[in-house]
Amino acid sequence: MKIAVPIKFVPDLVEELTIDSSGAALDTSWLRLIINEFDDHAIEQAILLKERNGGEVTILAAEAEGLDDILFTAAAKGADRLIKFTGDFGGGLNSHAAARMLVDTMRELQPDLILTGVQAHNDLDGSVGPLLAELLGMPYLGYVAGVTCPGDQVITRKEYPGGIIAEVEVRLPAVLGIQAAEQPPRYIAYTKIRQVMSTAKIEERPVVDPGSTAGVTVSRMFKPEAGQRATILEGSVEEVTDKLVAVFRDHGAF
Amino acid sequence: MGQDVFVVVEYLRREVSDISYVMLAAARQLAQGCGGNVVAVLLGQNAKELTGSLSADRVLYCDHPSLADFNPDAYRAVIMNLVKEQSPRAVLFGHTTIGTDVAGLISEGLSLPLVSSCLTLGADGKFISQICGGKIMVEGELPAPSALITVVPGGYKSEEGKASKPPEVTALAAPALENLRLALKKYIEPDAGDVDISKASLLIAVGRGIQNKDNLDLVNELAAATGGTVCASRPVVDQGWLPTTRLVGKSGKRVKPKIYLALGISGAPEHVEAIGESDVIIAVNTDLNAPIFNVAKFGTTLDLLEVVPQLTEKVRQIQAS
Ligand SMILES: Cc1cc2nc3c(=O)[nH]c(=O)nc-3n(C[C@H](O)[C@H](O)[C@H](O)COP(=O)(O)OP(=O)(O)OC[C@H]3O[C@@H](n4cnc5c(N)ncnc54)[C@H](O)[C@@H]3O)c2cc1C
Ligand SMILES: Nc1ncnc2c1ncn2[C@@H]1O[C@H](COP(=O)(O)O)[C@@H](O)[C@H]1O
Repeated sequence: MKIAVPIKFVPDLVEELTIDSSGAALDTSWLRLIINEFDDHAIEQAILLKERNGGEVTILAAEAEGLDDILFTAAAKGADRLIKFTGDFGGGLNSHAAARMLVDTMRELQPDLILTGVQAHNDLDGSVGPLLAELLGMPYLGYVAGVTCPGDQVITRKEYPGGIIAEVEVRLPAVLGIQAAEQPPRYIAYTKIRQVMSTAKIEERPVVDPGSTAGVTVSRMFKPEAGQRATILEGSVEEVTDKLVAVFRDHGAF
Repeated sequence: MGQDVFVVVEYLRREVSDISYVMLAAARQLAQGCGGNVVAVLLGQNAKELTGSLSADRVLYCDHPSLADFNPDAYRAVIMNLVKEQSPRAVLFGHTTIGTDVAGLISEGLSLPLVSSCLTLGADGKFISQICGGKIMVEGELPAPSALITVVPGGYKSEEGKASKPPEVTALAAPALENLRLALKKYIEPDAGDVDISKASLLIAVGRGIQNKDNLDLVNELAAATGGTVCASRPVVDQGWLPTTRLVGKSGKRVKPKIYLALGISGAPEHVEAIGESDVIIAVNTDLNAPIFNVAKFGTTLDLLEVVPQLTEKVRQIQAS
């Protein structure tokens, strides 16, 4: 079974985000980018499927700082092919453009399964998964937490609110939006990644026109108004915990 | 092009989801601006009675066996047909396990622009979306003449989308729904063996700030001392540190405790949407900019690994005396 996993780099939300001088975009000069956490799960799910059923896993991504390390890490976990799209992605890629960037390569790879992250926190025009599925004429199912593969179809576990799971049969080829792998993404020691670096090859594919517009134009970005800000309890750990105990008591905890 | 605003109604287990009412409230704003009607679109089988409380000028109801449960292929076919025929000003979907599965397909299928994570819609055609875990708001003009939108909760109260008088319902013919590529096999219920966090009155909630599984012991001790129940954000559950039954949020449970103590939780929208009915939220988070402080009543920016053991100790002393 051939599996393709497109991955995306997103701003690390642990860092402070700032808005640039245009007032309509994030300031990217200091932005720390990390892999979308759901893509880590998509990679894990792909590797699990390969371990169980054999096949080939291809990771695809648009060039970004730190991407090569992530690609080699995926290779160390068991990914077979690494594809990097190169070009000027300065302003970032909207989802429609990303889907278009991926579509030709996907047609060429002919994967049975495309696993995307269910969503990224910074998109404004929907997720790539369903867009790509429609472009390729494949079915899409998102919020997937677990995939098993009995043949020309897969059995997926789709999450609904309240912990309800729907078991859904999906005919292949298909695109799935992965919310969580069946098991937490595995840890790979750096020495193993170093080994892979000397053998694994990253295939580069230039993207001539990253296709800018998705028809959604931003006029302004701002931080949410601190409407009802919390009362911050000041002082040492000693003092703060005393105050917390008082709050607990006031609200009937004991 | 029409000026009507369509809302694709969502429900689970024959209960209309809150997001449907939130969407109806948003749609009303936009419809007032463009002079169109709010049209609720309901897909199902024998589900007509679900329309009763929808605050819409009209309901289009499509009844078909393949629509008995959510199926992205079937929804895609029905909605694509309808939108192609009627060219509404906008179609609202939930930014949910249902809506986001379909909106993207239709966006590419009909070459319509898509605005996601929309919090509010104005009569002036402006949208505000919420991105980056609730840390950034984005304002823009809704693309014309027709646009698709996925709506997140938080911009409107669900009451605003409820009506006391049932709306007029018109039947909508289903297109051919054979050869669907997806099929629901069964639902799997959450494990009923564990405690029900939605009933707990004191919740000790733990997030990624806990850093590793061993540190959970500190939280368990605090829970034991206070008689509270431990619950968690998604990353903690995805790491396998706590069972899914303890998950609070969009994909987990909604909770309404007297006290919700959030330890090392950033307050992402998918988490916060499920804790709004708590009497009081207390946040322990080292990042003063974390969105959790916008919903918490009290907070501290001290390290949870320092706060929790001391708090446990103090509670124990009180309980002993
Ligand atoms: C479709 C979908 C559904 C989702 N459903 C859910 C859901 O049901 N429930 C849910 O919770 N999430 C859900 N999420 C994930 C959600 O978007 C966030 O990623 C998640 O809630 C973040 O969890 P967190 O706050 O624990 O982690 P983070 O966002 O990483 O926050 C950790 C916080 O801990 C703080 N911190 C770090 N160290 C310390 C310390 N020593 N002391 C004090 N504070 C510290 C940091 O400042 C940070 O704010 C969903 C996402 C998607 C896309
Ligand atoms: N620029 C991109 N390159 C490769 N994959 C992407 C890109 N953007 C989004 N994706 C995929 O689509 C998923 C959802 O992201 P998004 O479409 O931004 O919500 C990601 O987790 C990736 O799997």
